[in-house]
Parts: sequence; structure tokens; C-alpha cells
Amino acid sequence: MEPLTWTGSLGTVLNPALGVSLAVLVAGVLLQSLLAFFQPEERISFNADGTAVATGGFNGLLKAIIKWSFAALVLTLVGYIAGGIITGHTNGGIFGGIIRQFVPVWGALVATFVLSFVYKRRLGLYGKLFDSTVGMIGFGLVMFWAYTALFYGMFGWIITHEPLEVASGMKNKVPGTPFRGAEEGGFPFYLLGGDNLSRDVFSRMIAGSTVVMQIAPRATLFAFMVGITLGLPAGYRGGLLDTVLSFLANLILAFPVILLFYLLVTPEIVETGLPSYMAMFLFLAPIIFTGVLINSRFYTQPPKRNLYMAVALTPMVLLYVWLVSDSSTPVSFIPASLDAFNVPGGILVVFVSVVFVNSPTVFRIVRGLTLDIKTRDYVAAAQTRGEGAWYIMLWEILPNARGPLIVDFCLRIGYTTILLGTLGFFGLGLPPESPDWGSTINEGRKLLSIYPHPALPPSFALLSLVLGLNLLADGLREESLKD
Amino acid sequence: MGLFILRRLGVMILTALCLTFIVFTLTNLYPNLEKLAKTEGNFRMSDEQVDSWLGSNGHLDPMLVKYGRWLGVAPGWTHQDSDGNLRGRCITPGMENPENAATYCGVLQGHWGFSSVFKENVGQIVGQNLGLTGKLMFWVMIVMVPGALIVGVLAGMNEGSRTDRTLSTFSITTTATPEYVSGVIFIAVLAASASPLNEFLRGAGWIEGRTLFKGTATSAMEDANFWNFFLPVITIALYGMGYIARMTRASMTEVMTAQYVRTARLKGVAFKTIVLKHALRNALIAPFTVIMLQFPWLLNGVVIVETLFNYKGFGWTLVQAAGNNDIELLLGVSVVSVFVVLFTQLISDIGYVFLNPRIRIS
Repeated sequence: MEPLTWTGSLGTVLNPALGVSLAVLVAGVLLQSLLAFFQPEERISFNADGTAVATGGFNGLLKAIIKWSFAALVLTLVGYIAGGIITGHTNGGIFGGIIRQFVPVWGALVATFVLSFVYKRRLGLYGKLFDSTVGMIGFGLVMFWAYTALFYGMFGWIITHEPLEVASGMKNKVPGTPFRGAEEGGFPFYLLGGDNLSRDVFSRMIAGSTVVMQIAPRATLFAFMVGITLGLPAGYRGGLLDTVLSFLANLILAFPVILLFYLLVTPEIVETGLPSYMAMFLFLAPIIFTGVLINSRFYTQPPKRNLYMAVALTPMVLLYVWLVSDSSTPVSFIPASLDAFNVPGGILVVFVSVVFVNSPTVFRIVRGLTLDIKTRDYVAAAQTRGEGAWYIMLWEILPNARGPLIVDFCLRIGYTTILLGTLGFFGLGLPPESPDWGSTINEGRKLLSIYPHPALPPSFALLSLVLGLNLLADGLREESLKD
Repeated sequence: MGLFILRRLGVMILTALCLTFIVFTLTNLYPNLEKLAKTEGNFRMSDEQVDSWLGSNGHLDPMLVKYGRWLGVAPGWTHQDSDGNLRGRCITPGMENPENAATYCGVLQGHWGFSSVFKENVGQIVGQNLGLTGKLMFWVMIVMVPGALIVGVLAGMNEGSRTDRTLSTFSITTTATPEYVSGVIFIAVLAASASPLNEFLRGAGWIEGRTLFKGTATSAMEDANFWNFFLPVITIALYGMGYIARMTRASMTEVMTAQYVRTARLKGVAFKTIVLKHALRNALIAPFTVIMLQFPWLLNGVVIVETLFNYKGFGWTLVQAAGNNDIELLLGVSVVSVFVVLFTQLISDIGYVFLNPRIRIS
């Protein structure tokens, strides 16, 4: 079988179109940016019939050129995608094959965007996101990886080969190499080549998204729970509590992150059970948070409160016990037969250290916001009504701090993704054959100057996810400031 | 002002003590010591032998005592061998009169310990490597700070313009590109012999070697030039640049909407003069703090980039020490990095007060 080219026969038509439109667009934007220094003001000229034209002349021409070349670029890209979806790798080459594999993701993305657009006005802040281009691009990128991770994790779609399977004769093969010994009905190519253990780079990248998507948002959520549970009282009460907690937070923040990882994630430390003890402590935060949240609201109606507490806390406590107790670590307080699941080796350690690194920053943000909000009138009103301190913190202050917290949540997922990648890059925590992006980059970098292709796909994947999260946060910030 | 600095210094020393104690505890946990005993002594030691080795080397004393010894405020351990030789923390093997050796020898006395991997004094290794990393950081600063400030000011002086959007997209992209991603991309595109760019350049006869840039910076340790040093420098600089540029942009846009800038515009002052004379000085206060607080992040970048480009500086040493259970070296490296972080925080605090007239005068 012939090896695939990047764009196949589709490329003969579309590649020149792409090149021309891209070149014109880049040249136009650069020229306009340069010209902006010489004529910062927009000139308004009045026509004879009394109408005013804001742009004209060279500047107007430039604007039109940029607009049309951008439209042409988008059209070409749509052409690639449509061609890829219809013909797959037979006519679309490697890109066509990849785009064809992602068909479920495209479908889900289109459905999400159409639904969101239709009900835009009823969806609050989420709906407003669709007013900002930047926010939409970011949301698109994030959802692309979220759906990819979901479809692979739930149904095993999208991948072309098993991510851990070692094939013969595919070691370090370049992208588009026909797969030797492909079975009937199996995918006949390694779309993005093989790595140094002859595994399919494309499938490993897809599988890596699931690992990242499983850990990063949850770790960020836990970090927020810890940060909020400690930051609210520190900011609201002040005094000694604030001094001690702030000092501890600064202590952790003064550690270079990598040193902290090396100190927490090495096998010797794991052997002492330190990460398990930290998990015991850190995972308490959501339970305390939920308990206090419900109690502070409903403590005047004990039956209602007891019901809500039981409904919310029973599963959480069960999860906590199952998660934390592990017969292979020093922290084991229930018999192994009652333990429903254990987090597989390494992941708990990685999770805990990422939460540990992130929570002091969240603490500082929440504390700062609380210090600001507690001077507002509605807080004084609640105090005059005689509300409890926790009620004021959780039901008066926290909802009013949600804007900056949501924005920071998005940014922080991106930062957590970067941290996970750093851990993988140094080969810490996760098992070496794990397909997560950091570990694959680490493996690929060893032969980088001869075979660059195994390290590049996970790099771009990580880059696009983090970029998407940053753009999403930017869009959200812009839209939440507009109210 | 003096009181403020003194208080900050006090907090800094307390933080440093706490941090070094934490690092000391984490590196001196029993499994680490057991591994140390087995690498220093014999891999087939039984548990009792390990214990006796550790005991005779002062490793089994309470953690606080050991920390005090390492710091130099508690007397060092001594141990009489079975054949009558006196050994101890402060006694170097082959010393003339072991009885007369110093009682205290720790970091405060300048005894940083002995690296078990490099077989050299920790102080010496750290000193050498700090020099190399200093060279890297110097060039990073030279590239990063002016670049970030120019990008931020250009983007912030006309909020919402095409220039602003282009530059903001650029800076947001760089903040989303961690060093291990940009470094890998740079090497793959510019320093890999298989990359199309290098094949083209080779074919055209424009480069002498196989690649345009060098994929490793090992040769840059002695003789740094553009072709072997540019990639590591730009890799670290780019990640920090976006963040500083965004802060500068935010600060600049805030200043540009201030009352006094509007007054100047209404008076008819030229736009260039407003930016350079009225706005710039006030807009640069916030970025100063940010640049200083970037140091812990830069330290991260240094570790990644030195590993990726095989540049044997401070970050590379950290990885080697941590990966090989070299307790004394890891402690030395941690102390230095913690001090760098705390010291930059101090400078940032003091500098902020100095630069900002509203705080300085009150």
C-alpha cells in the first residue's frame, strides 16, 4: 500500500487556495497593524449627498481585503473538513483520515453550538459567551477536547489502534505509513506515525486527552473547595486565623513547583504514605464545604436540614472512604472487601500534589475577594439581621464573588493541565506507559532531532487545550464585566 | 520604611527556616535514608545493618537535632569506631587531630555537605551551576523584559484596535505554551535534521551543519553563541513574556483612561508625547512587581529547559539530585531556590513602595 500524503488528492485543489488566502490575510493584518502607528484616528469623509463614510481609501481597501481573505480561509478550512468527512483518508490523506475519525466530535460540537445559539438569551452568562468571538473560539477548542475525551473514555471511539498495543515493524515510522499486518476491517494506516515502541501516535494522543480531562478539572475543583473553605473565614474573620493561614499559603507558594513535585511524588515519599495522608486531609474539604453550606442555610428547619444533609453527604462520605482508604498504603481504615474501588497507582499521588500546589493561590484569591465584599451594604444588612458568620460567608459573599472565581477556574484548569504535563515530562507519578500528553512528550523528546513526529501531536494537543481555556476565560471575563 | 523592610526581612527568615525544615524532613524520611545507606554501603545490607550504618552516621537522631546540625546550631555528631577511630560530621577523613575538629559545622558555617552523585562539595557545585544558570537568566531577561513591555504598551495604548487584538492573541498564545511544548516545537522545526526547513536550507547550501540551530545547549556552557543558545533562551522567555505583556497591557489601558491623560489629550498634546511622557511611567509600576514575582515561574522554566536542552546548570542539578536521592545536594539546591524566590518577593515589595509615590509619601 502507498503511504498517505498529508492532504491527499483533496490537497491539489485546496492547498494552493489555503496558501494564498493565508498569505493575503497575514500580510493584510501586518500591514494594517503597521499603518495604525501612522494614522491612529479613523478618517471620516463626507460625501456630496450628505452621507458620511468612516473608511475609505487605502485603509478601507485593506479592511475589505482582510475580511474577504479571512472568509476565503474559513471556506477552505470548511472544505478540508467536509472533504475529510466524506472521503476519509482515501482522498483526504492524513488530514482527511484524522478529520473522519473525529466525526462524532464534529457532530457533538455542531449540536452544542446550534442549541446554544438558539437558546442564547435564556442561558445567562453561558449564553452571553456566544456574543464574543474570542469566547466562542475558546469554548469550541475546550469542548473539542472534552468531547474527544468523553467519546474515547465512554465508547472507545475515535482511536484507530489500541494506544498501549505494540505492533511489529512500525517503530518510529513517519506519519501516513501503512500498518503492517492490519486485520480485516482494522484501520490500515498509522495516521501520525509510530513512536519508539511502535505504538500509534494518533491513538495515544486521543487516549491522553481522557487522562488529562479526567484529572485536570476535578483537581481544580478540589483545589477550589479547599481554597474556598479556608479563604472565606480567613478573609471574613481576619485576625490570628488569617495570619496563620496566609503564612502557610505563602510558604507553599514560595516553593518552586518542580521541587515540590520531586519532594512529593518520588517513590520513597509515596512509600511513607505522605500523599495518602494529604489526600485524607484535602478530600475532607468538599465534605466540610457541603455540610456547612447546608447547615448554615437550613439550621432553623432541622427536619429539612437533616434530610438534605443525609442526601448530600452519604454518597460523599462513601466516596471519600473508598477513595482514601487503600489497603496497599498506610491509610487503610476499612477492610479491603468493603472497599469498592482504589485509584490506580500514581494517579492519586499526582492528583493530590496538583491540588496541593493549586489551593494556596485559590485561597489568596478568595481571601482577597472576601476582604473586598465584606464591606458591602448587603453584608452589613445580613449582620444586622443576625445571620450566622457561615451563612454570610457562603450565601452572601460567595455568590457575589462568582464572576472572578469562574474566570479563574477556567484559567486554573489550563494551569493544572500544564502542571500535569510537567509531571509527565519529568516522568513523575503516572506510570511510564501512560498515554497522557506530558509522558508522551517526554518519551518523544529523546529522539527529537531524528524523529520529531511522536512528540509533536501531544504538544499541539496540550497547547490547543490550554489556549482554548485561556480564550474561554478571556471571553467570560469580558462578558461578565459588561453587566 | 526601615521598619517595613525589617519586618519583611523577619518574615522572610521565618519562612526560609520553615521551608528548609520541610525540605529537610521530606528528604530525610526513613525510606530515603535506607536507600542512601544501601548506595553508600552495600546493596545487600540486612535491615539491622542498615540501622547500624544509619545510627553510626548520626541519621537516626530526632529530626530537629539533625536539622540543627545541618543548619549549624547544634553540635555535630561524633562516633567512635570499633577500631578506635573517631568519625564525625565535622571530621573530614584523614584529619590530623579529629579531637580538635569544630563542634558546629552546618550551612551557617559554610559546610554545605558532600554530594554523593558528583563526589564534590555541594557549595562548589551549586556555585558553578548558579553561574551557568545566571548566564541563561541574564539573556532571558534581556529578551523577555523589553519584549514584553513593548508588546504590552503597544497593545494597551489603543485598546480594541487591530494592533491590540493581534498582540493580545500573541501573548495569550505564549501563556498557553509551557516550556516543554514550545521547546519541543522549536527543536522539531529548527533543530531537527528531519525538519523540512532544515532540509530546504541544506539543499540550498545556506547552512554548513546539518541544522540551523543546535538542539542541545551543552556547548553553550563554555562558549555560548546565537546558534546554540537562542533556543533555550527564547523558550523560557516566551512563556513569561505573554504574562508580563498582559499585565502591562492591563496597566496601560487603565492609565490611558485616567483623567490626566484625557486632560492632556484635550489640551492637544501629541499622542506620542502622551504615551511616552504621561502614561508610560505610571503604567510600568505594576509590571515591575509582576516581573519580580515571575522568578519562581522562571525557575520552573529553567529546570524544564535545562533538562530539555541538556544545559548543566542549576535546574539540571536539581533534577539530578532529586532523581538520584542525593540528599545534601538537593538540600543545597532547595535552600538556594527558596532564597531566590523569597529575595525577589522582598525586592518586589520594596520596589513597589519606592516606585509608587502614593504609597511612598503616605
